[in-house]
Amino acid sequence: MRFLPAGDLAVSVELGEEISVEINTRVRALEFLIDQKGVPGVVETVPTYRALLVYYDPSIVGYEALCAQLSTLAEQATTTAMPPAREVELPCCYEGELGPDLDAAARRLELPVDELVRLHAGAEYLVYFIGFTPGLPYMTGAPERLTIPRLDTPRVKVPAGSVAIGGIQCCVYSVESPGGFWLLGRTPVRLYDPDAAEPILLKPGDRVRFRRVERREFDDVAARVAAGRFRPVIR
Amino acid sequence: MIRVLEPGPQTTVQDAGRAGHMRYGIPPSGPVDRPSFVLANRLVGNPDGAAALEFTLMGPRLRAEAPCSLAVTGADVPVTLNDAPAPAWTTLALATGDVVKIGAARTGVRGYVAFAGGVEVPPVLGSRATYLRGRLGGLRGRALARDDVLHLQPGPIPRRSVVPLPARPQWGGDIVLRVVLGPQADRFTDEGVAAFLGSAYEVLPQSDRMGARLNGPRIAHARGHDIISDGIALGAVQVLDRQSTGGYTKIATVCSFDIARVGQAKPGQRLRFTAVDVALAHRLLRESDAALTSVALQEIA
Repeated sequence: MRFLPAGDLAVSVELGEEISVEINTRVRALEFLIDQKGVPGVVETVPTYRALLVYYDPSIVGYEALCAQLSTLAEQATTTAMPPAREVELPCCYEGELGPDLDAAARRLELPVDELVRLHAGAEYLVYFIGFTPGLPYMTGAPERLTIPRLDTPRVKVPAGSVAIGGIQCCVYSVESPGGFWLLGRTPVRLYDPDAAEPILLKPGDRVRFRRVERREFDDVAARVAAGRFRPVIR
Repeated sequence: MIRVLEPGPQTTVQDAGRAGHMRYGIPPSGPVDRPSFVLANRLVGNPDGAAALEFTLMGPRLRAEAPCSLAVTGADVPVTLNDAPAPAWTTLALATGDVVKIGAARTGVRGYVAFAGGVEVPPVLGSRATYLRGRLGGLRGRALARDDVLHLQPGPIPRRSVVPLPARPQWGGDIVLRVVLGPQADRFTDEGVAAFLGSAYEVLPQSDRMGARLNGPRIAHARGHDIISDGIALGAVQVLDRQSTGGYTKIATVCSFDIARVGQAKPGQRLRFTAVDVALAHRLLRESDAALTSVALQEIA
């Protein structure tokens, strides 16, 4: 465990050096414990793969005292039971313009296109954290067979809803943005909707599955999303 | 009620900021230059965090559709009231039909216009601050446009007052920023850290609310400059020399009390960094907060 100052208002608590479910679970457990116990002076927390960025108010708690308290909580975080993960199902269409890199990714991975889709849609993904753009989930969970280097040239514009892989990771672009992952398909569900009462769909710790849908269903769901009449399945 | 005759290149509604949503990828937003924003609000009798306008490089032209009071602070800009010069850092009382025009910044980048009562827009996730990239908050998630109408919250008519000259920040010249080294200072060679602390870095034009881009002497890494993506604190100084596949290493983090100076630095201006430890940073923060609290507005007869 390392405490790294991030300016005068934040400290990064590093719990490991790699992307792993175990380390990330401890990061989320530490955040959960801070929420539950209410550490005086902690203002806001931001989990990432292997670190928790903790914003604090130095007029309430000093750096050393805060690190000591976080250290104690981080020890407890190894055994803490967190609330059960939510399971979220996202319809995803792996066809034509919605998955512009599907064929190239299949060639690169030396897999038939259909097998790539079957493997991708058959896996369960863990949301490690949310970031880069509002509501964008950083996930892993694809079979090792789908590990792929990122695109040599990142795109300047990736459409919102694009379902993509890069390295061992999978993500869903939440708004139109630049991106360097391979675009396999698209979900009509909005992961970020600034007009909704709750703009963000996914939370760290969620389990995500992609349900393969045909273009007709994609269009139908997209229309219902636009009309505010679609709720993704969340268990 | 205020009518926007000319919006300026990027004018947004900001309040003290949106707390608690960074874990979902939603930044706090809020004013880049908090002291100037706070002083604008005080000049019109508002609480420090009331919703006001932040403009960029050039201010808006506004018409009062009802009597109101406003104040302009931040970047050094010319202000006119019905085409006659009017003071910044001063409460201005407007009658119906009065037009205030705020010109181009001579020094500094961002300015503030606060109105007595505060700008009335619906709070989103607990804040009226605009997050442009996320099209969230403020005036329907966007910058002001011509013919927009701003509603003001009702408030008492403020006493006219002025921020005394010594309490107004200066934005020109070379800028020294206090930083805390880290979180990834250990990723750099000693020479790299020395180059960072010993050199001047020029502000590039591709700078915005999200970050200032700087150019200057190379800062050598001891180990790779890619790290596992992690959280980026406000003020983080990222060092990059090519497209990264992961997170960028952050050699240091600018102290909160110097963020305004980053946001007010114009392209071409030069920045230098000086390292302080966390304990000293906290003392300087207390002093900076105390200085802002103790600003005594002078009433105008």
